Amino acid sequence: MSLSASATTPVTARRRPQLTGLGDPIILGSFTLAAWLVLLLVAALFITLVIAAWPAIKTVGLTSLQSATWDPNSNKFGVLSFIYGTIVTSAIALVLAGPIGIGAALLLAEVAPKRLATPVALLIELLAAVPSVVFGIWGLYVLAPVMRTVVEPALQRWLGFLPLFQGMYYGIGMLTAGVLLAIMVLPTVTAISRDIFEAVPRDQREAMLALGSTKWEMLTRAVIPYARSGIIGALVLALGRALGEAMAVTMVIGNKPAIALSLFAPGYTMASVLANEFTEATGQQYVAMLIGIGSMLFILSMILNVFARLLVLSVAGARGARR
Amino acid sequence: MLALRQWWNGFMLVLAWLCAGLAAATLAIIVFYVIQRGAPALNGHFFLSVPTPVGVPGGGVANALIGSVEIIVMASLIAIPIGVMAGIYLALLGKGRLADAVRFFSDVLTGVPSIAIGIFAYTVVVVPQKHFSANSAGVALAVIMLPIIVRTTEEAVRLVNPAIREGALALGIESWKAILLVTVPCARAGIVTGALLGVARVAGESAPLLFTAFGNPVWSTNPNSPIAALPLIVFQYANSPYAEWQQIAWGGALALIVLVFVLNITARVLFPAKGYR
Repeated sequence: MSLSASATTPVTARRRPQLTGLGDPIILGSFTLAAWLVLLLVAALFITLVIAAWPAIKTVGLTSLQSATWDPNSNKFGVLSFIYGTIVTSAIALVLAGPIGIGAALLLAEVAPKRLATPVALLIELLAAVPSVVFGIWGLYVLAPVMRTVVEPALQRWLGFLPLFQGMYYGIGMLTAGVLLAIMVLPTVTAISRDIFEAVPRDQREAMLALGSTKWEMLTRAVIPYARSGIIGALVLALGRALGEAMAVTMVIGNKPAIALSLFAPGYTMASVLANEFTEATGQQYVAMLIGIGSMLFILSMILNVFARLLVLSVAGARGARR
Repeated sequence: MLALRQWWNGFMLVLAWLCAGLAAATLAIIVFYVIQRGAPALNGHFFLSVPTPVGVPGGGVANALIGSVEIIVMASLIAIPIGVMAGIYLALLGKGRLADAVRFFSDVLTGVPSIAIGIFAYTVVVVPQKHFSANSAGVALAVIMLPIIVRTTEEAVRLVNPAIREGALALGIESWKAILLVTVPCARAGIVTGALLGVARVAGESAPLLFTAFGNPVWSTNPNSPIAALPLIVFQYANSPYAEWQQIAWGGALALIVLVFVLNITARVLFPAKGYR
Protein backbone atom coordinates (compact mmCIF):
# COMPACT_ATOMS: atom_id res chain seq x y z
CA MET A 1 0.00 0.00 0.00
CA SER A 2 2.93 2.35 0.40
CA LEU A 3 5.24 3.53 -2.30
CA SER A 4 8.82 2.86 -1.43
CA ALA A 5 11.09 5.72 -0.50
CA SER A 6 13.52 5.20 -3.34
CA ALA A 7 10.82 5.43 -6.01
CA THR A 8 10.26 9.12 -5.31
CA THR A 9 13.79 10.44 -4.89
CA PRO A 10 14.74 10.74 -8.57
CA VAL A 11 11.75 13.01 -9.19
CA THR A 12 12.84 15.55 -6.62
CA ALA A 13 16.52 15.17 -7.38
CA ARG A 14 15.94 16.58 -10.83
CA ARG A 15 14.31 19.80 -9.62
CA ARG A 16 16.19 20.56 -6.45
CA PRO A 17 19.73 20.74 -5.11
CA GLN A 18 21.13 17.38 -4.10
CA LEU A 19 20.90 18.15 -0.36
CA THR A 20 17.10 17.79 -0.11
CA GLY A 21 17.39 14.20 -1.25
CA LEU A 22 18.76 13.47 2.21
CA GLY A 23 15.35 13.99 3.83
CA ASP A 24 14.07 10.55 2.99
CA PRO A 25 16.95 8.49 4.31
CA ILE A 26 17.24 10.61 7.48
CA ILE A 27 13.58 10.91 8.42
CA LEU A 28 12.42 7.51 7.26
CA GLY A 29 15.56 5.99 8.77
CA SER A 30 14.73 7.54 12.12
CA PHE A 31 11.24 5.99 11.99
CA THR A 32 12.84 2.61 11.41
CA LEU A 33 15.31 3.26 14.21
CA ALA A 34 12.43 4.04 16.60
CA ALA A 35 10.86 0.71 15.70
CA TRP A 36 14.14 -1.05 16.42
CA LEU A 37 14.32 0.80 19.75
CA VAL A 38 11.09 -0.89 20.87
CA LEU A 39 12.62 -4.30 20.20
CA LEU A 40 15.91 -3.31 21.82
CA LEU A 41 14.01 -2.14 24.88
CA VAL A 42 12.37 -5.54 25.34
CA ALA A 43 15.78 -7.19 24.93
CA ALA A 44 17.33 -4.70 27.37
CA LEU A 45 14.64 -5.43 29.96
CA PHE A 46 15.34 -9.12 29.70
CA ILE A 47 19.13 -8.86 29.79
CA THR A 48 19.21 -6.28 32.60
CA LEU A 49 16.90 -8.25 34.86
CA VAL A 50 18.79 -11.49 34.34
CA ILE A 51 22.19 -9.87 34.93
CA ALA A 52 20.95 -8.05 38.02
CA ALA A 53 19.54 -11.26 39.43
CA TRP A 54 22.69 -13.24 38.62
CA PRO A 55 24.31 -12.92 42.09
CA ALA A 56 21.15 -14.40 43.59
CA ILE A 57 20.94 -17.18 41.03
CA LYS A 58 24.61 -18.02 41.61
CA THR A 59 24.54 -18.09 45.40
CA VAL A 60 21.10 -19.34 46.29
CA GLY A 61 19.74 -20.44 42.97
CA LEU A 62 17.48 -23.42 42.93
CA THR A 63 17.72 -24.09 46.65
CA SER A 64 15.60 -20.96 47.26
CA LEU A 65 12.81 -22.66 45.33
CA GLN A 66 12.75 -25.51 47.81
CA SER A 67 12.33 -23.50 50.98
CA ALA A 68 9.53 -21.36 52.32
CA THR A 69 11.65 -19.72 55.02
CA TRP A 70 12.07 -16.05 54.20
CA ASP A 71 14.20 -14.47 56.89
CA PRO A 72 16.58 -11.94 55.36
CA ASN A 73 18.11 -11.12 58.75
CA SER A 74 19.58 -14.60 58.99
CA ASN A 75 20.19 -14.91 55.24
CA LYS A 76 17.36 -17.35 54.63
CA PHE A 77 15.85 -16.64 51.25
CA GLY A 78 13.25 -19.29 50.52
CA VAL A 79 10.76 -18.00 47.94
CA LEU A 80 8.29 -20.86 47.96
CA SER A 81 5.68 -18.99 50.01
CA PHE A 82 5.67 -16.12 47.48
CA ILE A 83 5.17 -18.54 44.60
CA TYR A 84 2.40 -20.25 46.54
CA GLY A 85 0.67 -16.94 47.36
CA THR A 86 0.95 -15.82 43.74
CA ILE A 87 -0.59 -19.04 42.45
CA VAL A 88 -3.40 -19.07 45.01
CA THR A 89 -4.44 -15.43 44.57
CA SER A 90 -4.25 -15.60 40.76
CA ALA A 91 -6.26 -18.80 40.76
CA ILE A 92 -9.00 -17.21 42.88
CA ALA A 93 -8.98 -14.21 40.54
CA LEU A 94 -9.38 -16.37 37.44
CA VAL A 95 -12.04 -18.62 38.95
CA LEU A 96 -14.14 -15.55 39.75
CA ALA A 97 -13.31 -13.23 36.85
CA GLY A 98 -13.24 -15.92 34.14
CA PRO A 99 -16.91 -16.95 34.06
CA ILE A 100 -18.20 -13.47 34.92
CA GLY A 101 -15.98 -11.80 32.32
CA ILE A 102 -16.86 -14.27 29.59
CA GLY A 103 -20.56 -14.00 30.49
CA ALA A 104 -20.39 -10.22 30.28
CA ALA A 105 -18.52 -10.42 26.97
CA LEU A 106 -21.14 -12.78 25.52
CA LEU A 107 -23.83 -10.36 26.53
CA LEU A 108 -22.07 -7.31 25.10
CA ALA A 109 -21.11 -8.98 21.83
CA GLU A 110 -24.11 -11.18 21.14
CA VAL A 111 -27.20 -10.33 23.16
CA ALA A 112 -27.47 -6.71 24.29
CA PRO A 113 -28.67 -4.06 21.85
CA LYS A 114 -25.82 -1.82 20.75
CA ARG A 115 -27.08 1.30 22.49
CA LEU A 116 -26.95 -0.58 25.78
CA ALA A 117 -23.77 -2.53 25.09
CA THR A 118 -21.76 0.61 24.32
CA PRO A 119 -22.21 2.38 27.68
CA VAL A 120 -21.79 -0.86 29.65
CA ALA A 121 -18.58 -1.58 27.74
CA LEU A 122 -17.45 1.96 28.54
CA LEU A 123 -17.99 1.36 32.26
CA ILE A 124 -16.14 -1.94 32.16
CA GLU A 125 -13.22 -0.37 30.29
CA LEU A 126 -13.07 2.50 32.76
CA LEU A 127 -12.73 -0.16 35.45
CA ALA A 128 -9.52 -1.17 33.67
CA ALA A 129 -8.25 2.40 33.95
CA VAL A 130 -8.64 2.64 37.73
CA PRO A 131 -5.12 2.89 39.21
CA SER A 132 -4.09 -0.14 41.22
CA VAL A 133 -3.39 1.94 44.31
CA VAL A 134 -7.03 3.08 44.24
CA PHE A 135 -8.12 -0.57 44.13
CA GLY A 136 -5.74 -1.05 47.04
CA ILE A 137 -7.18 1.65 49.28
CA TRP A 138 -10.71 0.55 48.42
CA GLY A 139 -9.79 -3.06 49.12
CA LEU A 140 -8.22 -2.18 52.44
CA TYR A 141 -11.01 0.03 53.82
CA VAL A 142 -14.15 -1.22 52.06
CA LEU A 143 -13.67 -4.74 50.72
CA ALA A 144 -11.65 -6.20 53.61
CA PRO A 145 -14.21 -5.28 56.31
CA VAL A 146 -17.01 -6.74 54.17
CA MET A 147 -14.99 -9.92 53.70
CA ARG A 148 -14.36 -10.15 57.44
CA THR A 149 -17.90 -9.50 58.62
CA VAL A 150 -19.99 -11.02 55.85
CA VAL A 151 -18.29 -13.16 53.23
CA GLU A 152 -15.74 -15.10 55.26
CA PRO A 153 -18.11 -16.05 58.13
CA ALA A 154 -20.66 -17.22 55.55
CA LEU A 155 -18.07 -19.28 53.68
CA GLN A 156 -16.92 -20.84 56.92
CA ARG A 157 -20.44 -21.67 57.93
CA TRP A 158 -21.49 -23.31 54.67
CA LEU A 159 -18.19 -24.63 53.33
CA GLY A 160 -16.21 -24.86 56.54
CA PHE A 161 -15.76 -28.62 56.10
CA LEU A 162 -13.22 -27.80 53.37
CA PRO A 163 -9.73 -27.02 54.68
CA LEU A 164 -9.73 -23.97 52.38
CA PHE A 165 -12.26 -22.20 54.56
CA GLN A 166 -11.06 -23.14 58.02
CA GLY A 167 -9.18 -21.20 60.65
CA MET A 168 -9.30 -17.60 61.76
CA TYR A 169 -10.45 -14.92 59.37
CA TYR A 170 -9.19 -11.36 59.46
CA GLY A 171 -10.55 -9.84 56.24
CA ILE A 172 -6.92 -9.34 55.27
CA GLY A 173 -5.61 -12.42 53.50
CA MET A 174 -5.27 -14.39 50.29
CA LEU A 175 -9.01 -14.63 49.63
CA THR A 176 -9.48 -10.85 49.80
CA ALA A 177 -6.44 -10.36 47.57
CA GLY A 178 -7.88 -12.87 45.11
CA VAL A 179 -11.27 -11.14 45.03
CA LEU A 180 -9.62 -7.76 44.49
CA LEU A 181 -7.50 -9.21 41.68
CA ALA A 182 -10.64 -10.68 40.15
CA ILE A 183 -12.15 -7.19 39.95
CA MET A 184 -8.93 -5.84 38.46
CA VAL A 185 -8.62 -8.47 35.71
CA LEU A 186 -12.33 -8.59 34.90
CA PRO A 187 -12.07 -5.83 32.25
CA THR A 188 -9.18 -7.68 30.57
CA VAL A 189 -11.22 -10.87 30.26
CA THR A 190 -14.34 -9.02 29.11
CA ALA A 191 -12.72 -6.72 26.55
CA ILE A 192 -10.63 -9.40 24.85
CA SER A 193 -13.35 -12.06 24.89
CA ARG A 194 -15.72 -9.52 23.37
CA ASP A 195 -13.30 -8.85 20.53
CA ILE A 196 -12.93 -12.59 20.04
CA PHE A 197 -16.70 -13.18 19.91
CA GLU A 198 -17.12 -10.36 17.43
CA ALA A 199 -14.52 -11.98 15.21
CA VAL A 200 -16.54 -15.21 14.94
CA PRO A 201 -18.03 -15.33 11.41
CA ARG A 202 -21.76 -14.71 11.04
CA ASP A 203 -22.27 -17.91 9.05
CA GLN A 204 -21.32 -19.85 12.11
CA ARG A 205 -24.27 -18.36 14.03
CA GLU A 206 -26.76 -18.36 11.20
CA ALA A 207 -26.16 -22.02 10.42
CA MET A 208 -26.83 -22.95 14.03
CA LEU A 209 -29.95 -20.81 14.29
CA ALA A 210 -31.23 -22.21 11.00
CA LEU A 211 -31.13 -25.65 12.61
CA GLY A 212 -33.63 -24.38 15.14
CA SER A 213 -31.34 -23.80 18.10
CA THR A 214 -32.08 -21.35 20.86
CA LYS A 215 -29.77 -18.37 21.26
CA TRP A 216 -27.94 -20.00 24.15
CA GLU A 217 -27.43 -23.24 22.21
CA MET A 218 -26.11 -21.18 19.32
CA LEU A 219 -23.64 -19.46 21.63
CA THR A 220 -22.41 -22.58 23.39
CA ARG A 221 -22.25 -24.84 20.36
CA ALA A 222 -21.32 -22.56 17.47
CA VAL A 223 -19.70 -19.42 18.88
CA ILE A 224 -17.77 -20.55 21.95
CA PRO A 225 -16.12 -23.60 20.32
CA TYR A 226 -14.96 -21.40 17.45
CA ALA A 227 -13.61 -18.82 19.90
CA ARG A 228 -12.14 -21.28 22.38
CA SER A 229 -8.43 -20.69 21.88
CA GLY A 230 -8.99 -16.93 21.89
CA ILE A 231 -10.87 -17.14 25.19
CA ILE A 232 -8.04 -19.18 26.67
CA GLY A 233 -5.72 -16.41 25.45
CA ALA A 234 -7.87 -13.80 27.22
CA LEU A 235 -7.71 -15.82 30.44
CA VAL A 236 -3.95 -16.23 30.18
CA LEU A 237 -3.55 -12.47 29.65
CA ALA A 238 -5.67 -11.91 32.74
CA LEU A 239 -3.49 -14.39 34.61
CA GLY A 240 -0.41 -12.41 33.56
CA ARG A 241 -1.97 -9.25 34.93
CA ALA A 242 -2.93 -10.92 38.18
CA LEU A 243 0.54 -12.38 38.72
CA GLY A 244 2.27 -9.05 38.35
CA GLU A 245 -0.08 -6.87 40.38
CA ALA A 246 1.86 -5.54 43.33
CA MET A 247 0.35 -2.52 45.02
CA ALA A 248 -3.26 -3.50 45.50
CA VAL A 249 -2.27 -6.99 46.62
CA THR A 250 0.32 -5.84 49.13
CA MET A 251 -2.31 -3.62 50.73
CA VAL A 252 -4.78 -6.44 51.41
CA ILE A 253 -2.90 -9.73 51.60
CA GLY A 254 -1.26 -9.30 55.00
CA ASN A 255 2.35 -9.68 53.76
CA LYS A 256 3.20 -12.80 55.71
CA PRO A 257 5.72 -15.21 54.15
CA ALA A 258 3.96 -18.43 55.09
CA ILE A 259 2.18 -21.24 53.32
CA ALA A 260 -1.28 -21.84 54.74
CA LEU A 261 -3.97 -24.05 53.31
CA SER A 262 -6.74 -21.73 54.46
CA LEU A 263 -7.64 -19.01 51.98
CA PHE A 264 -8.46 -16.75 54.93
CA ALA A 265 -4.82 -16.76 56.05
CA PRO A 266 -2.51 -13.87 55.27
CA GLY A 267 0.08 -14.55 52.60
CA TYR A 268 2.55 -12.89 50.28
CA THR A 269 3.05 -12.83 46.53
CA MET A 270 6.12 -12.38 44.36
CA ALA A 271 5.00 -8.93 43.26
CA SER A 272 3.87 -7.78 46.69
CA VAL A 273 7.13 -8.73 48.41
CA LEU A 274 8.90 -6.48 45.91
CA ALA A 275 6.54 -3.60 46.62
CA ASN A 276 6.81 -4.06 50.33
CA GLU A 277 10.47 -4.86 50.96
CA PHE A 278 12.58 -3.60 48.08
CA THR A 279 13.23 -0.10 49.36
CA GLU A 280 13.96 -1.38 52.85
CA ALA A 281 16.24 -4.19 51.74
CA THR A 282 19.72 -3.93 53.17
CA GLY A 283 22.67 -6.00 52.08
CA GLN A 284 23.64 -7.03 48.60
CA GLN A 285 22.22 -10.49 48.77
CA TYR A 286 18.82 -9.34 50.01
CA VAL A 287 18.54 -6.85 47.15
CA ALA A 288 19.80 -9.37 44.61
CA MET A 289 17.30 -11.92 45.88
CA LEU A 290 14.42 -9.48 45.43
CA ILE A 291 15.65 -8.59 41.95
CA GLY A 292 15.75 -12.33 41.29
CA ILE A 293 12.08 -12.56 42.23
CA GLY A 294 11.43 -9.61 39.92
CA SER A 295 13.18 -11.38 37.04
CA MET A 296 11.17 -14.52 37.64
CA LEU A 297 8.03 -12.43 37.53
CA PHE A 298 9.17 -10.73 34.34
CA ILE A 299 10.09 -13.96 32.57
CA LEU A 300 6.88 -15.66 33.69
CA SER A 301 4.75 -12.76 32.47
CA MET A 302 6.65 -12.66 29.15
CA ILE A 303 6.01 -16.36 28.57
CA LEU A 304 2.32 -16.03 29.45
CA ASN A 305 1.92 -12.94 27.29
CA VAL A 306 3.62 -14.42 24.24
CA PHE A 307 1.50 -17.56 24.56
CA ALA A 308 -1.72 -15.59 25.11
CA ARG A 309 -1.14 -13.13 22.27
CA LEU A 310 -0.49 -15.98 19.87
CA LEU A 311 -3.76 -17.61 20.90
CA VAL A 312 -5.70 -14.37 20.59
CA LEU A 313 -4.12 -13.59 17.22
CA SER A 314 -5.12 -17.02 15.96
CA VAL A 315 -8.79 -16.14 16.41
CA ALA A 316 -9.24 -12.40 16.25
CA GLY A 317 -6.37 -11.26 14.08
CA ALA A 318 -4.67 -8.00 14.90
CA ARG A 319 -7.74 -6.41 16.43
CA GLY A 320 -8.07 -8.58 19.49
CA ALA A 321 -4.40 -8.57 20.31
CA ARG A 322 -3.87 -4.86 20.63
CA ARG A 323 -5.11 -4.54 24.20
CA MET B 1 -38.47 -30.88 25.79
CA LEU B 2 -38.78 -27.69 23.83
CA ALA B 3 -39.98 -25.85 26.89
CA LEU B 4 -36.95 -26.96 28.90
CA ARG B 5 -34.54 -25.80 26.21
CA GLN B 6 -36.19 -22.42 26.03
CA TRP B 7 -36.33 -22.09 29.77
CA TRP B 8 -32.64 -22.90 29.98
CA ASN B 9 -31.93 -20.35 27.23
CA GLY B 10 -33.75 -17.65 29.13
CA PHE B 11 -32.05 -18.57 32.39
CA MET B 12 -28.54 -18.47 30.95
CA LEU B 13 -29.16 -15.19 29.14
CA VAL B 14 -30.36 -13.63 32.38
CA LEU B 15 -27.17 -14.92 33.97
CA ALA B 16 -25.14 -13.19 31.25
CA TRP B 17 -27.01 -9.95 31.96
CA LEU B 18 -26.14 -10.36 35.62
CA CYS B 19 -22.44 -10.81 34.78
CA ALA B 20 -22.31 -7.58 32.79
CA GLY B 21 -24.36 -5.79 35.43
CA LEU B 22 -22.02 -7.00 38.16
CA ALA B 23 -18.96 -5.79 36.28
CA ALA B 24 -20.46 -2.34 35.71
CA ALA B 25 -21.80 -2.18 39.27
CA THR B 26 -18.33 -2.89 40.69
CA LEU B 27 -17.03 0.26 39.06
CA ALA B 28 -19.98 2.24 40.41
CA ILE B 29 -19.35 0.93 43.93
CA ILE B 30 -15.64 1.76 43.83
CA VAL B 31 -16.28 5.24 42.45
CA PHE B 32 -19.00 5.82 45.04
CA TYR B 33 -16.72 5.02 47.98
CA VAL B 34 -13.79 6.97 46.58
CA ILE B 35 -15.98 10.05 46.15
CA GLN B 36 -17.68 9.61 49.52
CA ARG B 37 -14.43 9.28 51.45
CA GLY B 38 -12.21 11.40 49.25
CA ALA B 39 -14.35 14.48 48.57
CA PRO B 40 -14.07 15.90 52.13
CA ALA B 41 -10.28 15.88 51.78
CA LEU B 42 -10.22 18.03 48.67
CA ASN B 43 -9.80 21.58 49.93
CA GLY B 44 -7.33 24.40 49.48
CA HIS B 45 -4.77 22.82 51.76
CA PHE B 46 -4.90 19.57 49.84
CA PHE B 47 -3.78 21.19 46.61
CA LEU B 48 -1.59 24.01 47.96
CA SER B 49 0.24 22.74 51.05
CA VAL B 50 3.05 20.30 51.50
CA PRO B 51 2.60 17.39 53.92
CA THR B 52 2.71 18.20 57.61
CA PRO B 53 3.86 15.89 60.42
CA VAL B 54 1.15 13.80 62.05
CA GLY B 55 -1.05 15.92 64.29
CA VAL B 56 -0.26 19.19 62.56
CA PRO B 57 -3.38 20.18 60.62
CA GLY B 58 -3.40 21.69 57.15
CA GLY B 59 -1.21 19.21 55.33
CA GLY B 60 -1.62 18.71 51.59
CA VAL B 61 -0.04 17.03 48.65
CA ALA B 62 1.17 20.01 46.59
CA ASN B 63 4.66 18.50 46.37
CA ALA B 64 3.25 15.21 45.13
CA LEU B 65 1.14 16.95 42.49
CA ILE B 66 4.13 18.85 41.10
CA GLY B 67 6.21 15.67 41.39
CA SER B 68 3.68 13.63 39.44
CA VAL B 69 3.46 16.31 36.76
CA GLU B 70 7.24 16.45 36.47
CA ILE B 71 7.65 12.68 36.18
CA ILE B 72 4.82 12.36 33.66
CA VAL B 73 6.24 15.19 31.53
CA MET B 74 9.66 13.50 31.53
CA ALA B 75 8.13 10.15 30.58
CA SER B 76 6.12 11.81 27.80
CA LEU B 77 9.17 13.59 26.42
CA ILE B 78 10.92 10.24 26.07
CA ALA B 79 8.05 7.99 25.06
CA ILE B 80 5.91 10.15 22.76
CA PRO B 81 8.52 10.96 20.07
CA ILE B 82 9.87 7.41 19.94
CA GLY B 83 6.41 5.88 20.15
CA VAL B 84 4.91 8.10 17.44
CA MET B 85 7.84 7.46 15.10
CA ALA B 86 7.69 3.72 15.66
CA GLY B 87 3.91 3.83 15.15
CA ILE B 88 4.33 5.68 11.84
CA TYR B 89 6.91 3.10 10.82
CA LEU B 90 4.48 0.26 11.56
CA ALA B 91 1.61 1.91 9.71
CA LEU B 92 3.40 3.13 6.59
CA LEU B 93 6.87 1.69 6.15
CA GLY B 94 7.01 -1.55 8.03
CA LYS B 95 6.65 -4.77 6.21
CA GLY B 96 7.76 -8.24 7.04
CA ARG B 97 9.45 -9.58 10.10
CA LEU B 98 10.68 -6.39 11.78
CA ALA B 99 7.21 -4.84 11.75
CA ASP B 100 5.57 -8.04 12.97
CA ALA B 101 8.12 -8.39 15.75
CA VAL B 102 7.74 -4.77 16.86
CA ARG B 103 3.96 -5.08 16.89
CA PHE B 104 4.05 -8.35 18.78
CA PHE B 105 6.59 -7.32 21.38
CA SER B 106 5.06 -3.93 22.02
CA ASP B 107 1.84 -5.81 22.81
CA VAL B 108 3.80 -8.14 25.05
CA LEU B 109 5.42 -5.14 26.72
CA THR B 110 1.99 -3.85 27.80
CA GLY B 111 1.60 -7.08 29.77
CA VAL B 112 4.89 -6.84 31.66
CA PRO B 113 4.21 -6.12 35.35
CA SER B 114 4.95 -2.48 36.08
CA ILE B 115 6.90 -3.46 39.16
CA ALA B 116 9.35 -5.40 36.97
CA ILE B 117 9.79 -2.28 34.85
CA GLY B 118 10.46 -0.38 38.06
CA ILE B 119 13.27 -2.81 38.86
CA PHE B 120 14.64 -2.31 35.36
CA ALA B 121 14.75 1.47 35.86
CA TYR B 122 16.28 0.94 39.29
CA THR B 123 19.04 -1.18 37.81
CA VAL B 124 19.87 0.98 34.82
CA VAL B 125 19.36 4.47 36.31
CA VAL B 126 19.21 4.45 40.11
CA VAL B 127 22.15 2.09 40.71
CA PRO B 128 24.63 3.96 38.46
CA GLN B 129 23.40 7.30 39.85
CA LYS B 130 23.65 5.89 43.37
CA HIS B 131 20.44 7.63 44.50
CA PHE B 132 16.72 7.65 43.84
CA SER B 133 15.61 10.37 41.46
CA ALA B 134 12.77 11.87 39.48
CA ASN B 135 14.48 11.11 36.17
CA SER B 136 14.70 7.40 36.93
CA ALA B 137 10.94 7.45 37.51
CA GLY B 138 10.53 9.22 34.17
CA VAL B 139 12.43 6.40 32.47
CA ALA B 140 10.29 3.73 34.15
CA LEU B 141 7.02 5.41 33.17
CA ALA B 142 8.30 6.02 29.62
CA VAL B 143 8.81 2.26 29.19
CA ILE B 144 5.24 1.66 30.34
CA MET B 145 3.80 4.37 28.06
CA LEU B 146 5.74 3.45 24.94
CA PRO B 147 3.79 0.42 23.68
CA ILE B 148 0.44 2.18 24.11
CA ILE B 149 1.61 5.13 22.04
CA VAL B 150 3.17 2.89 19.38
CA ARG B 151 0.01 0.85 18.84
CA THR B 152 -2.47 3.74 19.00
CA THR B 153 -0.39 5.84 16.61
CA GLU B 154 -0.15 2.91 14.23
CA GLU B 155 -3.91 2.45 14.27
CA ALA B 156 -4.53 6.16 13.76
CA VAL B 157 -2.10 6.52 10.86
CA ARG B 158 -3.33 3.34 9.23
CA LEU B 159 -6.86 4.74 9.14
CA VAL B 160 -5.80 7.64 6.93
CA ASN B 161 -6.73 6.95 3.33
CA PRO B 162 -3.48 6.03 1.54
CA ALA B 163 -4.78 7.72 -1.62
CA ILE B 164 -4.11 11.21 -0.26
CA ARG B 165 -0.47 10.37 0.40
CA GLU B 166 -0.15 8.73 -2.97
CA GLY B 167 -1.65 11.89 -4.46
CA ALA B 168 1.03 13.96 -2.77
CA LEU B 169 3.72 11.55 -3.94
CA ALA B 170 2.39 11.76 -7.48
CA LEU B 171 2.88 15.53 -7.34
CA GLY B 172 6.57 14.88 -6.79
CA ILE B 173 6.89 15.52 -3.07
CA GLU B 174 9.47 13.55 -1.16
CA SER B 175 8.24 10.58 0.79
CA TRP B 176 9.06 11.99 4.23
CA LYS B 177 7.23 15.21 3.45
CA ALA B 178 4.22 13.28 2.25
CA ILE B 179 4.20 11.40 5.54
CA LEU B 180 4.83 14.31 7.88
CA LEU B 181 2.85 17.00 6.06
CA VAL B 182 -0.04 15.02 4.58
CA THR B 183 -0.70 11.73 6.36
CA VAL B 184 0.31 12.55 9.93
CA PRO B 185 -1.78 15.75 10.18
CA CYS B 186 -4.81 13.71 9.13
CA ALA B 187 -4.10 11.28 11.95
CA ARG B 188 -3.62 14.07 14.50
CA ALA B 189 -6.60 13.19 16.69
CA GLY B 190 -5.60 9.56 16.93
CA ILE B 191 -2.01 10.40 17.76
CA VAL B 192 -3.11 12.79 20.52
CA THR B 193 -5.36 9.99 21.78
CA GLY B 194 -2.38 7.67 22.01
CA ALA B 195 -0.52 10.25 24.08
CA LEU B 196 -3.53 10.77 26.35
CA LEU B 197 -4.02 7.04 26.86
CA GLY B 198 -0.31 6.68 27.58
CA VAL B 199 -0.46 9.45 30.19
CA ALA B 200 -3.63 7.97 31.66
CA ARG B 201 -1.94 4.60 31.94
CA VAL B 202 1.06 5.92 33.89
CA ALA B 203 -0.57 8.72 35.89
CA GLY B 204 -1.84 6.27 38.47
CA GLU B 205 1.15 3.93 38.41
CA SER B 206 2.71 3.55 41.82
CA ALA B 207 4.66 0.27 41.80
CA PRO B 208 7.56 1.42 39.58
CA LEU B 209 7.85 4.69 41.52
CA LEU B 210 8.63 2.91 44.77
CA PHE B 211 12.23 2.32 43.82
CA THR B 212 12.76 5.17 41.39
CA ALA B 213 11.02 8.36 42.56
CA PHE B 214 10.98 6.99 46.11
CA GLY B 215 8.86 9.83 47.52
CA ASN B 216 9.91 13.00 49.26
CA PRO B 217 8.14 14.67 52.19
CA VAL B 218 9.25 18.17 51.20
CA TRP B 219 8.84 20.35 48.12
CA SER B 220 11.27 19.34 45.40
CA THR B 221 11.44 19.74 41.67
CA ASN B 222 15.05 18.69 41.25
CA PRO B 223 15.11 15.94 38.61
CA ASN B 224 18.18 14.45 40.27
CA SER B 225 16.74 13.98 43.70
CA PRO B 226 13.96 11.81 45.11
CA ILE B 227 10.56 13.30 44.38
CA ALA B 228 7.03 12.89 45.72
CA ALA B 229 4.26 11.53 43.51
CA LEU B 230 0.51 11.34 44.05
CA PRO B 231 0.13 7.54 43.73
CA LEU B 232 3.00 7.04 46.17
CA ILE B 233 1.42 9.36 48.73
CA VAL B 234 -1.86 7.47 48.41
CA PHE B 235 -0.03 4.20 49.03
CA GLN B 236 2.01 5.46 51.97
CA TYR B 237 -0.81 7.36 53.66
CA ALA B 238 -3.41 4.64 53.13
CA ASN B 239 -1.17 2.20 54.98
CA SER B 240 -0.53 4.65 57.84
CA PRO B 241 -2.40 4.33 61.12
CA TYR B 242 -3.34 8.04 61.27
CA ALA B 243 -6.85 9.15 60.37
CA GLU B 244 -5.74 12.48 58.88
CA TRP B 245 -3.28 10.74 56.60
CA GLN B 246 -5.84 8.14 55.56
CA GLN B 247 -8.18 11.02 54.75
CA ILE B 248 -5.53 12.58 52.51
CA ALA B 249 -4.96 9.18 50.87
CA TRP B 250 -8.67 8.99 49.95
CA GLY B 251 -8.46 12.52 48.58
CA GLY B 252 -5.48 11.49 46.49
CA ALA B 253 -7.34 8.42 45.25
CA LEU B 254 -10.24 10.61 44.17
CA ALA B 255 -7.90 13.03 42.39
CA LEU B 256 -6.23 10.11 40.57
CA ILE B 257 -9.49 8.53 39.51
CA VAL B 258 -10.86 11.85 38.21
CA LEU B 259 -7.66 12.53 36.28
CA VAL B 260 -7.53 9.06 34.74
CA PHE B 261 -11.22 9.04 33.79
CA VAL B 262 -11.05 12.51 32.24
CA LEU B 263 -8.03 11.49 30.16
CA ASN B 264 -9.65 8.24 29.06
CA ILE B 265 -12.98 9.76 28.14
CA THR B 266 -11.33 12.64 26.29
CA ALA B 267 -9.28 10.10 24.36
CA ARG B 268 -12.38 8.12 23.37
CA VAL B 269 -14.24 11.25 22.30
CA LEU B 270 -11.31 12.50 20.21
CA PHE B 271 -10.76 9.21 18.47
CA PRO B 272 -13.82 6.98 18.60
CA ALA B 273 -12.15 4.32 16.45
CA LYS B 274 -10.26 3.26 19.55
CA GLY B 275 -12.63 1.74 22.00
CA TYR B 276 -16.39 1.64 21.84
CA ARG B 277 -17.96 0.26 18.78
